[in-house]
Amino acid sequence: MREALTSNYAAAYAVKAADVDVIAVYPITPQTTIVEKLSEFVSSGELDAELIHTESEHSALSAVLGAAAAGARVFTATSSQGLALAYEVLHIASAMRMPIVMATPARALSAPINIHNDYSDVMNMRDTGWVIYIASSAQEVYDTVIQGYRVAEGVNLPVAVAYDGFLMSHTLEPVELNDEGEVAKFLPRAARPHVLDPRRPVTFGPLVSPDWYYEFKYQQVTAMNEAREWVVKTDVEYGQWFGRSYGLVEGYLLEDADYVVVTYGGAAYGNARAAADLARERGVAAGVLRIRLYRPFPTGEVVKALSGVKTFAVLDRAIMFGSPAEGPLYKDVVLAMYLHGVDKPSLNVIHGIGQRAMYVRDIYKVFQALREGPGRGVMYMGVRP
Amino acid sequence: MLEVRFHGRGGQGIVTAAQLLAAAAIYEGKYAQAFPEFGPERRGAPVKSYLRIWDRPIYVREPVLNPDVVVVSDLSLFKAENPLEGAKSVVVVNGFYKTPLRTYALDATALAVKVLGRPIVNTALVGAFVKAVEVVSLGAVLKALGKYFQGRLYELNARLVEMAYREVREI
Repeated sequence: MREALTSNYAAAYAVKAADVDVIAVYPITPQTTIVEKLSEFVSSGELDAELIHTESEHSALSAVLGAAAAGARVFTATSSQGLALAYEVLHIASAMRMPIVMATPARALSAPINIHNDYSDVMNMRDTGWVIYIASSAQEVYDTVIQGYRVAEGVNLPVAVAYDGFLMSHTLEPVELNDEGEVAKFLPRAARPHVLDPRRPVTFGPLVSPDWYYEFKYQQVTAMNEAREWVVKTDVEYGQWFGRSYGLVEGYLLEDADYVVVTYGGAAYGNARAAADLARERGVAAGVLRIRLYRPFPTGEVVKALSGVKTFAVLDRAIMFGSPAEGPLYKDVVLAMYLHGVDKPSLNVIHGIGQRAMYVRDIYKVFQALREGPGRGVMYMGVRP
Repeated sequence: MLEVRFHGRGGQGIVTAAQLLAAAAIYEGKYAQAFPEFGPERRGAPVKSYLRIWDRPIYVREPVLNPDVVVVSDLSLFKAENPLEGAKSVVVVNGFYKTPLRTYALDATALAVKVLGRPIVNTALVGAFVKAVEVVSLGAVLKALGKYFQGRLYELNARLVEMAYREVREI
């Protein structure tokens, strides 16, 4: 069924289709309309779930963690300061191997206060042991939330589905909705081996000595590698069931591209594609690579996609202050290339901070810069010096 | 691709206006995109929203710089900013103000007060847009309207859309 939905509403429809049991909510812009829609579904009886109003995001994530430990299928959502406040619980959720799915419309961090989009909040959670997707359309948000449950419950790790705050969360687009009976079959409820049950007592996250802590952490390393396989397998099977799949990375005009912009999210990817079209009209072999799965990082796919290009730029929507280069994705891409022995000149572009408008013409200028003489370094676009 | 920019003031509902038209286009099998540009979130402050309609998937996500159509919900906006900046061909305006472009005008405020009892002009402007631009059908707009309003509120707004569709004039 074709609907007209914002990415936030698409997330809510996916949660309904996944027949989630427990949802914990605390309002923060631009996430709020997800849980408003879910509240409607619960009050109208379309979704039979326990909806818990908590007093903070730290508590919201803790509540779904507890419910997941008891075997429930759970959902929560947050952005920006809310995600920052829940930071402590992010680590606990992944280390306790809880299959939580969380939507994260990305928003800039304070100070100064900015309700608009960049990826400062999401990039702060990149080392917390969560599987992190970054979607680029409302359709993909819908599909990825559903895929997320299969991955989370398959590998026992929490999954975040991030996307542009406002530029996607509040943008109405066409979304093809699945038959909910088919989604129920795609997401069967399997009994989990370890849940809180008074008849078979277990404990999660107790005190361990130096004798054991490292082994738990190493299991998380292993789990992340398994997660990559789960993401691939789930995406392929989802495509067979519902006709849409995305891969770990997505390329645009990549096959014969000499100059490539690597990026993530809806606005950057959409405008980069339009800029590549413009560059192609002027005879420049431009292409775009989008990172869909950010954690675990698709190292092999990225190296393969960039091995044949002359030079590339990584367009980042967040700043790592004081880093050798300030873009978080740039660091990952360059490290991936280095580990595979591929040395290419490349540029880091920072743009769209606090939703500074990113125009197609800006990204076209990036292609021009790559062509004129690829430097190494960081280009701050759209900022008044 | 048809590109539209709405100029309004917080509280007049121009974000919903763009969404209604996008939803109508989507229900007709087209591709569409509607999104707001929020400034300070204050009732009465100038706000903008954007709409794109095409027969192919739309991936560009920049603000609309060269709109084919501009919709202006309040004449005072011509003093506060330049709603016609970069505009190409058609203006739909609440109030009888002739611009250098093809201008479709109606007194949306008076119509809204008459039908709704409140000066919320967005649905009247949607009706006027449907007549002026001929890209989506009135039927699809009424279907989209049903997603936003129920019961009596739906009936009143549907009547307002139809009245505005009939009363808008090129000036």
